[in-house]
Amino acid sequence: MFGLDKKDTTLLLIVAVLTMFAPFILNPFPAGSGMAQFNAGYPDLMQRFVIFGIFAIGFNILFGLTGYLSFGHAAFLGVGSYSAVWMFKLLSMNVIPAIILSVIVAGVFALIIGFVSLRRSGIYFSILTLAFAQMSFALAYSVLTPITNGETGLQLSLSDPRILGTSVSADGGIPVTSLFGIEMRSTAEMQLGPWLFQFNAGYYLCAVLMLVAFYLAIRIFRSPFGLMLRAVKSNQQRMNYTGLNARPYTLAAFVISGMYAGLAGGLLASMDPLAGAERMQWTASGEVVLMTILGGAGTLIGPVLGAGFIKYFENIFSKINDNVLHSWFAFMPDGLEDLMVTIVHPFVGKGWSLTLGLMFMAVVIFLPGGLVEGGQKIGKMFRRKKAVDGTPSAAKTPAE
Amino acid sequence: MDAIILQILNGLDKGSAYALIALGLTLIFGTLGVVNFAHGALFMIGAFCAVTVQRILSISFETVDPTKTDFLGNPSKISTPYVEHWFGPEFGATIIDWSVPIAILFAIPIMILIGFVMERGLIKHFYKRPHADQILVTFGLAIVLQEVIKYYYGANPIQTGAPMVFRGSFDFGTLLGFDPNVIIYPYWRLVYFGFAALIIGAVFAFLQFTTFGMVVRAGMADRETVGLLGINIDKRFTIMFGLAAAVAGLAGVMYAPINAPNYHMGMDFLVLSFVVVVVGGMGSLPGAVLAGFLLGILESFASMTQVIDLIPGINQIIIYVVAIVVLLTRPRGLMGRKGVMEE
Repeated sequence: MFGLDKKDTTLLLIVAVLTMFAPFILNPFPAGSGMAQFNAGYPDLMQRFVIFGIFAIGFNILFGLTGYLSFGHAAFLGVGSYSAVWMFKLLSMNVIPAIILSVIVAGVFALIIGFVSLRRSGIYFSILTLAFAQMSFALAYSVLTPITNGETGLQLSLSDPRILGTSVSADGGIPVTSLFGIEMRSTAEMQLGPWLFQFNAGYYLCAVLMLVAFYLAIRIFRSPFGLMLRAVKSNQQRMNYTGLNARPYTLAAFVISGMYAGLAGGLLASMDPLAGAERMQWTASGEVVLMTILGGAGTLIGPVLGAGFIKYFENIFSKINDNVLHSWFAFMPDGLEDLMVTIVHPFVGKGWSLTLGLMFMAVVIFLPGGLVEGGQKIGKMFRRKKAVDGTPSAAKTPAE
Repeated sequence: MDAIILQILNGLDKGSAYALIALGLTLIFGTLGVVNFAHGALFMIGAFCAVTVQRILSISFETVDPTKTDFLGNPSKISTPYVEHWFGPEFGATIIDWSVPIAILFAIPIMILIGFVMERGLIKHFYKRPHADQILVTFGLAIVLQEVIKYYYGANPIQTGAPMVFRGSFDFGTLLGFDPNVIIYPYWRLVYFGFAALIIGAVFAFLQFTTFGMVVRAGMADRETVGLLGINIDKRFTIMFGLAAAVAGLAGVMYAPINAPNYHMGMDFLVLSFVVVVVGGMGSLPGAVLAGFLLGILESFASMTQVIDLIPGINQIIIYVVAIVVLLTRPRGLMGRKGVMEE
C-alpha cells in the first residue's frame, strides 16, 4: 500500500490506529478513580505526544541515518513557532498558511545553518549547530525583540491586522486558531459509564500530520536516498573515494529534518498561539536528542515511542506529590511507609529531571539501541524459550 | 585608553574561568579521548564545595542569654558558631570569613575522588564506544549531578562571600597614572586571575617537568606504544582525570564569590567552554588556555556600549561568531594538532 512493503504497511497501520484511537487507549481508567492520574487522554498532552513525535521523527532522519549529532535542532522549532504566530497576527487565524510558512521558514533557516555546519563533522558539527542555536536564542532574547517580543514571548493581540480574518472576534476577544472554521480547541466529549473520552480537533489535525510525516519518513528510510545517508554514517571516507560527494545528501537530510522541526513548531503555535525564545534553548535541543536515543535512533518507530514516553512520564511523574506517595504505600506499617516515601520522594514531582537523567544514562549504557532494541531483546528471549522447551509441545499446538 | 584597559581586566576573570574549565576538558580529551559533557557539572560541584564549607563552619549552637529579652519579653537566644566557641570569637570569625579559601583544601580531595569514581565507574566503559555515546552518557550524568545538587541546595543562587579583606575594589588606574576611580577592579577578581594563572602554571609544570607528566604526554601522543613499553597508562590517565576534575572544581570554588552558585551554572559554562576548546583546538592545552582568555576578553569588549551601539546584540553572540569563523577558516582550531578528531 502507498508503495510500502507489507511490514512497513503494517507498521504504518498500527501507528495510524494507535493515534486515531488514542483518546480511548490513553484513558484506561475511569474519571475520578484513584488511577485517573495516570490517564493521558486529555487534549493538551495528546497534542504534545504527536507534535514532539513529529519533531523526533525529523531529528531521527538526520541523526539516525547519517549519524550527525545536531545539538541545535530546537532553533528550527522555535523559528517555526515564531513564523506561525506572525502568520496568525498578519494574515488570518487559519492554521494552514501558518503551518506552511513555518515549514518553509524553518527549511530556509536549516539550509543556511546546515550549509555552514556540515562543512565539519563529528564533535565539531555538534558544537557548530549548538553555537548557531545559542546565537538564535540570544538574538531572540535581545536584538530581535521587535520580531520575537523578547522575554515575554510573541502573543496575539486585539490590534493585529489579520488581513483575511478579523482582528477582534464577535465577542470582543482575540479570535482562536481554526481550520476553515473548525476551532482547534473545540473538543467533543463522550461519556461512557464512568469513563470520559475527549476528542479534540487540534489533536486530530496534529495526528493526521504526524501520520503523513511518519509515512514520508518510511519512504525516505527505504529510498535510495536513505541508503545513501546510511552510507554516510557507516563510512563516509569510502563513499568519497568511490567518487560520491556526501555533502548534498547530508545537507538534504539536514534541511528535511529542519522542516520537520518547523512543522512541529508551527503546530505547537497553532494549538496555543504563543512563541517564546526558551523553545530554542539548548536544553530543548537536548530533549529531542533524548527522545530519539531513548526510543531507538535509526529505527522508524523509536523516536515516536521515545517522544511519547518522555512526555508521558514528564507529565505523570511531575504530578506525583507526597500525599499521593503516602496513599500508595499506605498498606505498609507506618515506619516503613515513611521510609519508602522518603526514598521515592527525590525522584518524583520536581525531581522528574533526576529520574529522566538516570533513565537516560541507563539506556545509553545498557541499551544503546533504545526501547526498540529492548523490545526486540525481550521478544527474542521469549522466542528462544519457546524454541527450547516448546519443541515437544510444538506437535500438539499448531504454529501461530 | 582607560576603557580598553578596563575591558581587558574585566575579560580576565571570565577568561580565567573559561581557561580553567577548557584546560580540564582538553586534559580529559587529550588523555582519554572522551568528550566529557559532565565537566561543567564538576565546576558547579566545586562551587557548591565552597557553599558546603561555609555552611559547615557556620554550624551554631544556641544559648539563652538571660540578661537580654526580645520584644515579647522572652529571654533572647544567641547562636554561636562552634568554631567561635572552640577557637575564641575573633579567630573563629576569621575562619568563617575565610571559608572560601579554606574550601580549596576541602575541595581538592573531594574533586579528585569524584573524578576517580566517575572514570572508573562510568567513563572507562565508554572508551570503545562512539563519541556520540560518550557525549550522551556524560550529558545524562550532568543532568543527574545537577538535579542532585538542586535537591539538596534548592534552586536559588546561594551567596557565598569572599573574605572581608578582598571585598573592596582596587583602584588600578592610579598605578598606571590615570585619575583615581577611572579603572576600578574588585580585589577578588584579581585574586581569581592570579589563582587561575597559578593553577594553569602548575598543570603545565607538572606535565612538562615530572616523569609522570612525561609519561602522560607520551601516552597522549601514542597510547599504544607507551602501553607496549610496559607502562600502565590507564592508571595514569585515571589520575589525570582526577586532576582535571580537581582543576574544574577549584575553578568553581574560587568562582563562588564572583557569581552566587546555582545548580545550572555548570551547564551555562559548559556550552561556552566547549566552544573555547574547539576554538583553541581539540587536544591542545596551550590552545585551550589561549582561547579561554581570548574569548573572555573579546566578550567583555563586545559588552562596551560603543560597540553595542555599533552592532546591536553583539555581546550576546560574539563567542559563537568567533567559533564559527575559526572553525570554518582554521578547521583544527587555533592550535589544534593534526589527526585529533579528524574523522
